[in-house]
Amino acid sequence: MADRKIVDAKNTFCPGPLMELIANMKQAEVGDELAVLSTDEGSANDIPEWINKMGHEVIESSEDSGVWSIVVKKTK
Amino acid sequence: MKILIVGGGMGGTILANNLARKMRNELKSGKASITMLSASDKHMYQPGLLYVAVGKMNPSEMYRDQVSLLEPSIEFKVDPVTEFNLDDNNVRAKSGTTYNYDIIVIATGSCTHAEGTPGLAEYAEQFYTEADAVKMYKKLEAFEGGKVVVAVGVPHKCPMAPLEITFMLVDYFKQRGIWDKVQLHYTYPIGRTHSLEPVAKWATPEFERLGITYETLFNMKEVNENVVMSEEGTEAEYDLLITVPAHKGMQVIEDAGLGAGGFIPTDRKRLNMEGRDNVYVLGDTTNLPISKAGSTAHFEAEALAENIASMMTIGTATRDYDGKVFCFIEAGDGKATYAMFNYQNPPDPKAPTAGIHMFKTAYNKMYWASARGLL
Repeated sequence: MADRKIVDAKNTFCPGPLMELIANMKQAEVGDELAVLSTDEGSANDIPEWINKMGHEVIESSEDSGVWSIVVKKTK
Repeated sequence: MKILIVGGGMGGTILANNLARKMRNELKSGKASITMLSASDKHMYQPGLLYVAVGKMNPSEMYRDQVSLLEPSIEFKVDPVTEFNLDDNNVRAKSGTTYNYDIIVIATGSCTHAEGTPGLAEYAEQFYTEADAVKMYKKLEAFEGGKVVVAVGVPHKCPMAPLEITFMLVDYFKQRGIWDKVQLHYTYPIGRTHSLEPVAKWATPEFERLGITYETLFNMKEVNENVVMSEEGTEAEYDLLITVPAHKGMQVIEDAGLGAGGFIPTDRKRLNMEGRDNVYVLGDTTNLPISKAGSTAHFEAEALAENIASMMTIGTATRDYDGKVFCFIEAGDGKATYAMFNYQNPPDPKAPTAGIHMFKTAYNKMYWASARGLL
């Protein structure tokens, strides 16, 4: 199974969940999975938007008690 | 108790001074000692670089002797750490000396990593060192018009810097009388013009009012002589490229295996290195998902000083760091605003005013009182 790193960006506003994901993606290897945890409702849209534009893959997206979990895979 | 502080930037300096005052009796009686190891005998006011880059501050104004900022009870040595031996509670420094400790605080900061983007260091102007800021200013002075592109790497120190340099460039070109010959184009890594949504909601109409074009979801991939290409597959041609490059933690941190990219995994409230109860981390050196900014290091240092002092006196920590950050935002045209937030409360920046710009200008001098832990 691929490594799955948790990017815990709950309750943070700057630089924010997407910027944290971008920074972590730069350190990740192709095939790695990253799970971004965010309390920003906008993450459910802006993270998939960037992932799709980059050609990476959204594995799953869910919400529980105000925490969004978006799992993505680095594909290139 | 031996307290060792590695790094003489804002976080390390405020921590050392606050601790020295809170533990005055323990230091006097010899029950405790504070030693700071730094790579330099000078302390730089890093936000001054932004002003140096546009000719608004002389580089000499950015420096003080580090020892002049520290309480006399603090032992200060210019002896950068080369090895961290956390299992043995000691570090080895450049001089060959081994320093033992009971508590260590690592505050070594971050540095630019333009080399991580092919062509960026060669073709772009940046302003995160004195030499780079002066070079950028000379480049601006020689510029007579054309397309200026601002491009931003991730992660970067000072989240307001991309906007501030953009608005300050507008002022600079207006003052030189060549604004009508300049096309200013701003790019940003995420899907709005700033990571803080309220700031983006203010900045975007300002861009439109000033005629600044912008492209979001633009992460630099490669730079050639007149074009910067994004990971997202787009390009921006330029005559002058200004960058806020990606940053990384210091190499010694990465070499010691303390954290990927030189950023140490840190508890967001108690600021201890994960898995260690006598190793603390401040400022840019943490991997916390918060702003890499002087104010972050400042407020973290205040909380940590209280905790280390209370551990000494009552045997336990008393305070959590609440995620507080305060950032001025130079908005150009003699105005500024600010953003203040923590883990629970989002920022709510107000419209820029001349008064806040004047306060920021005053803070450029008052910083030295902050570093001494007095403000």
